Amino acid sequence: MSFWTRFRSNTGAMIGVVLLIAVIAVALFAPLIFEHSPWQMVQRPFLAPFAVDGLPLGTDTLGRDVASQLAYGARVSLLVGLVSTLVALLIGVPLGALAGFYGGYVDEGAMRFTEFFQTIPNFALAIVLVAIFEPSLASITLAIAIVSWPPVARLVRAEVMSVRKREFVDAATLAGLSKPRILIRQVLPNTVSPIIVMASLMVATAILLESSLSFLGLGDPNAMSWGYMIGAARTVIRSSWWLSFFPGIAIIITVLALNLIGEGLNDALNPHLSRKGRA
Amino acid sequence: MSTLAIEHLTIGLPEGADRPFAVEDVSMTIDKGQILCVVGESGSGKSMTANALMGLLPPGVTVKAGRAMFESRDVIRLPDAEKMALRGAQIAMIFQEPMTALNPLMRIGDQIAEVFAAHDRFTQAERRKKALDLIREVQLPDPEKIIRAYPFQLSGGQRQRAMIAMALALEPKLLIADEPTTALDVTTQAQILKLILDLRARRGMAVMFITHDFGVVAEIADEVIVMRTGKVVERGPARAVLQDPQHEYTKRLLEAIPTGKLPPARALSETPALQIKGLRKIYRTGGGMFRAPREVRAVDDVSLSVARGEVLGLVGESGSGKSTLGRTAVRLVTPDAGQVLVGGVDLAALSDEDLRRQRHKVQMVFQDPYASLNPRQRIIGAITDGPIARGIPRREAESRARELLEIVGLGADAASRFPHEFSGGQRQRIGIARALAMDPELIIADEAVSALDVSIQAQVLDLLRDLREKMGLSILFITHDLRVAAQLCDRIAVMQKGRLVEIGTVHEIFLNPTEDYTRQLLAAVPGADWDNQKVLA
Repeated sequence: MSFWTRFRSNTGAMIGVVLLIAVIAVALFAPLIFEHSPWQMVQRPFLAPFAVDGLPLGTDTLGRDVASQLAYGARVSLLVGLVSTLVALLIGVPLGALAGFYGGYVDEGAMRFTEFFQTIPNFALAIVLVAIFEPSLASITLAIAIVSWPPVARLVRAEVMSVRKREFVDAATLAGLSKPRILIRQVLPNTVSPIIVMASLMVATAILLESSLSFLGLGDPNAMSWGYMIGAARTVIRSSWWLSFFPGIAIIITVLALNLIGEGLNDALNPHLSRKGRA
Repeated sequence: MSTLAIEHLTIGLPEGADRPFAVEDVSMTIDKGQILCVVGESGSGKSMTANALMGLLPPGVTVKAGRAMFESRDVIRLPDAEKMALRGAQIAMIFQEPMTALNPLMRIGDQIAEVFAAHDRFTQAERRKKALDLIREVQLPDPEKIIRAYPFQLSGGQRQRAMIAMALALEPKLLIADEPTTALDVTTQAQILKLILDLRARRGMAVMFITHDFGVVAEIADEVIVMRTGKVVERGPARAVLQDPQHEYTKRLLEAIPTGKLPPARALSETPALQIKGLRKIYRTGGGMFRAPREVRAVDDVSLSVARGEVLGLVGESGSGKSTLGRTAVRLVTPDAGQVLVGGVDLAALSDEDLRRQRHKVQMVFQDPYASLNPRQRIIGAITDGPIARGIPRREAESRARELLEIVGLGADAASRFPHEFSGGQRQRIGIARALAMDPELIIADEAVSALDVSIQAQVLDLLRDLREKMGLSILFITHDLRVAAQLCDRIAVMQKGRLVEIGTVHEIFLNPTEDYTRQLLAAVPGADWDNQKVLA
């Protein structure tokens, strides 16, 4: 069975894909669906959902359209999640690969460097970094990347160490290939599946981290994000529940979708480790 | 009254498999005290039959029809609770790989006692005593010590004995042995086979012995069933099947077995392709500030040479250092002392960069056809990587690769496919083509045919013999199987515990061995007597 047929037969993963496509579509088409910007006041504040036509999710403390805020917030969440994961991979994969392949002092050095980052609590480090750099989308993305690459480096190192001992690597050595070439052409392609699985789950974690930062008021002041919405609404949570409820649901749906996809990928890429019970 | 009667058993495979049934309409009976050998190549359904009896079928695989009567009950359709009571107590099974079949974190004695505990027999103290008795019965050395040992502290043969002890614990009426000696050395294999024969005689068990090796069949079988792609193709008393096979497939299998028959000696050239002088490799493990490290002399002062166009067989049991010697000769392992001379260059003394340029001179064909090809690289890439790295233009390298694929019998269209599309034997041919692409002066074949079925093994050996004639190849052929070595090699070197015990022409080694160890090895080859009978008859 090919990868795609296995992936498609996993109901959970397909639900995840549908949800994620929906979120991506909303993010992409936000300017087409809502003519006004999410910062613009359109009605009086604290309108409950469906109280006025054209404002299905009501308005916030300043009379802005919550539905529009949600749609634009999706852009920030997805962008930060995706870019920070890519940056984390760019740091983690080469470092882990070098450590695993060359071993010895290279391994020692790279791993002690990784541990240095692992000993500091993720969230605390992210807060410090954002505070130092001044909050902006770029600094938030970078901060999230910097706190999330160590597990990637560890995973890639372990994978490379096990692939390196396979006989085809010996065969490549005998073919007279240089070590960097063996690492890039022979070893790394065989470590791709676990990296993909991990990356899909990292996007979800990054979205949560971004929301938490925005909730604390460390988000980009010029970008509407789900975390910011919840943070701004927390003082009125008892009188206007919908202001924190809908962004919360949006975060849950997106993170759930990514986790479902991640698990689906894991089962499809490693059919032997599938956690499905016996038929 | 037979112990077990399997009637018209049919086992269905899940949809999308290469055939609808794993086992189709198979019937067999085993009487008390009888050894029935089920013989077949991989994929013949011989293990599936045994697994169905034990209720160990993998998910998606189900029994479609037929029954297996054991003590007038159909074991396949028993309720789970009764099946569980039956397993171990009445029907026991031993497996191919004793290391994975034993729990690595449990002492041997406890594992045997656990069998009693699972079936709620005896008290704690009695269990321990019984376990000790069983360990004695399977002739493990120093039972008091073994009972407290962990599986990793035992050798392969000792582990298999421990497995057998567990299987015998509740005095089963039927023992199912699924390739129990395949992972073992010849001398150990001979001992285990003798043990099974002894136990059969003493306890009168019925034994269902699954194997791919007709040599083993000749040693122990009373009755034989030959299976192919899920069907029984031949059955009968062992003697009849071995000496007068009726079915084409059985005949082919028997012909494919490497026999002790020796090929005529060939004249050898004087110029050496490979000279190894005083080679030594010591592995050190453990050790600390106050403890001396444990030393293993993997290769201990070995000197030998392979002449141009010669096939030298390097024979020994596992742990004899033969693989280390092979890997040192291609310098995947750097020796501690000694020289490896290929065409006048000492490979053991080169720097990394110089070595990379000399790599092409010695190439290797690996044991495991599944691990030795990169699953994400096309065949053409695997073969041309080396020549291109040497500076041969891509176009030229690729046309040569296609040519080589033709030579090894795969056809040029194999080039653009991925390894998973090929069977084990085909992959080994690709491995050979890859080695040839470098125009090596010497090829080292490290157990290159050990992982293959007999008939495939015969084809690959034919190919190597053919290449030897056509291309004047020099080969260092590493194997644990003397029968294989006899077929292909001009000379044979015997290694034991890192030392070269004896070296001589095939005829000298087989007909007049001078060393005791060589004689032991020869005597342990399964089916040796039967070969002789065949020669006489």
